[in-house]
Amino acid sequence: MAWLIGRKARQVGVGLGTVLIVAVLWHLSTGVFGWISPARFPRPDEALKAFQFIQAEGYGNGRLLQHVLHSLMLVAKGFAVAVAVGVPLGLLMGYSRRAEAFLNPAFLLLRPIPPLAWIPLAIVWLGLDDGSKILVIFVAAFVPSVINSYTGVRNIETPMMEAAQMLGVKGWRLVREVLVPGSLPMIFTGLRLSLQASWTTLVAAELIGALYGLGSILNQAAQDIYPAMILVAMVCVGVCGASTTWLLGQIEARAMPWRKGRVAE
Amino acid sequence: MNERLSRAEFWRLTLLGTLAFLAVWYLARLLHLAPPQFLPMPHEVLLRLVDLFHTPFAGHVLVDHMLASLGRFAMGFGLAALVGVPLGLMMGWFGWLDDIVSPLFDSLRFIAPVAWVPFAALWFGTGIGGPTLIIFAGAFPPCLINAYRGAKNVDIRFLEAASMLGVGNFRTISEVLFPAAVPSIIAGLRIGAGLGWMSLVGAELIVASSGMGNLIVRAQSAVATDIVMAGMLAIGAVGVVIDILIRRIETMLLKHRQS
Repeated sequence: MAWLIGRKARQVGVGLGTVLIVAVLWHLSTGVFGWISPARFPRPDEALKAFQFIQAEGYGNGRLLQHVLHSLMLVAKGFAVAVAVGVPLGLLMGYSRRAEAFLNPAFLLLRPIPPLAWIPLAIVWLGLDDGSKILVIFVAAFVPSVINSYTGVRNIETPMMEAAQMLGVKGWRLVREVLVPGSLPMIFTGLRLSLQASWTTLVAAELIGALYGLGSILNQAAQDIYPAMILVAMVCVGVCGASTTWLLGQIEARAMPWRKGRVAE
Repeated sequence: MNERLSRAEFWRLTLLGTLAFLAVWYLARLLHLAPPQFLPMPHEVLLRLVDLFHTPFAGHVLVDHMLASLGRFAMGFGLAALVGVPLGLMMGWFGWLDDIVSPLFDSLRFIAPVAWVPFAALWFGTGIGGPTLIIFAGAFPPCLINAYRGAKNVDIRFLEAASMLGVGNFRTISEVLFPAAVPSIIAGLRIGAGLGWMSLVGAELIVASSGMGNLIVRAQSAVATDIVMAGMLAIGAVGVVIDILIRRIETMLLKHRQS
């Protein structure tokens, strides 16, 4: 155990050291020695200034918080609809081979198309409003939700299914007490992938055209050749992605208390 | 769980599903739920797809767009695999490297690959360099993570045997860790290729002046929905072909190992 703690402490120490060295290198190469031109990558103080600027005065139609909330809301909507449709559909396709055979042709046609390729179609159909963004997020999050729920049901052990059958567990009770708990780990794997895909498509869709949102800051900053603001927006994209993933992990841990102590990540 | 379907039953339902899908699509048009320029009929999309092979759109015929995209993809994905896999294996072997790289990697991992578009354009331009960076950003994490996990999961006995036989670091990585991690590495390459291909489309939608992403975004501004859909099908098809190729490589590698 002492060895474990030592290892952990060393990891944290080296990690902090690395981050510190990178920060110092950043400062030296952009600020002190000027190896990297400020037109290509901002100095630390410029990045800080850009952050304060967008916080206080706003940039690209709004303040930082407005942009972040707007993006978060779009992801939440598209993701929620995709999960609400995709997970039951995946469970159904996993449970019933008839449903699988019937739905597979459409699914096989749509599955290989990368979600980002839907953006032009969404714009043709719904314009540059929020609707088209929710549509592409839906498409992006839908496929992993379906596939993983499907796999989850297929991976439930046969004896479990047979026992349920023998005990006459049917309908809603079967879904709630056998199918969902049995496939929950895979469902959550799917949700995590869906969430990542949601953020990627949202940023791309906002880069192409939007009034608000993190992608629209990126787009505006790229047009203004304002590297510090690009950096601020990228950091925000990362923080949003990481914190929503963390939130999902918390929900996962609460949803599966029986797996306590052996959660993978 | 339902019993397996008989072959005839399976194909009957598959056919029925295909027909239902097409029927919904045609009905939406026949009942005038959507105007023709927004929802072309399925056969129109297919005809347009064939047409794109010899009639240029956005300056090139479809094959040239594909080649432009594939060239960028090969650069970005190749770079991601060449850097990611060895680095992942080395992180699996050298603890200190793991401690140094992991925090940096973790802090970049959550940034969506397309968020690199502005810097990519600023640093490397919009021709081939910029998109390459974006594909790299998409494909790199799975390549690295899977190689790392593969190396971490190697049976400790092999490593002990190697160290007992006095095998050095380099040979341990190339002759013990790498072969044992091949299935995991290939799985990572497949995920990476998928994400890389998607990032490529994103990059081409936003900055490039050729390629399949550019094709569909130009079609979008011309409100040529049939071309958008045909382009989407072509993008999907190329993605499937890439995946099949990688699986071929896996079978080749595994066969080589068994012989």
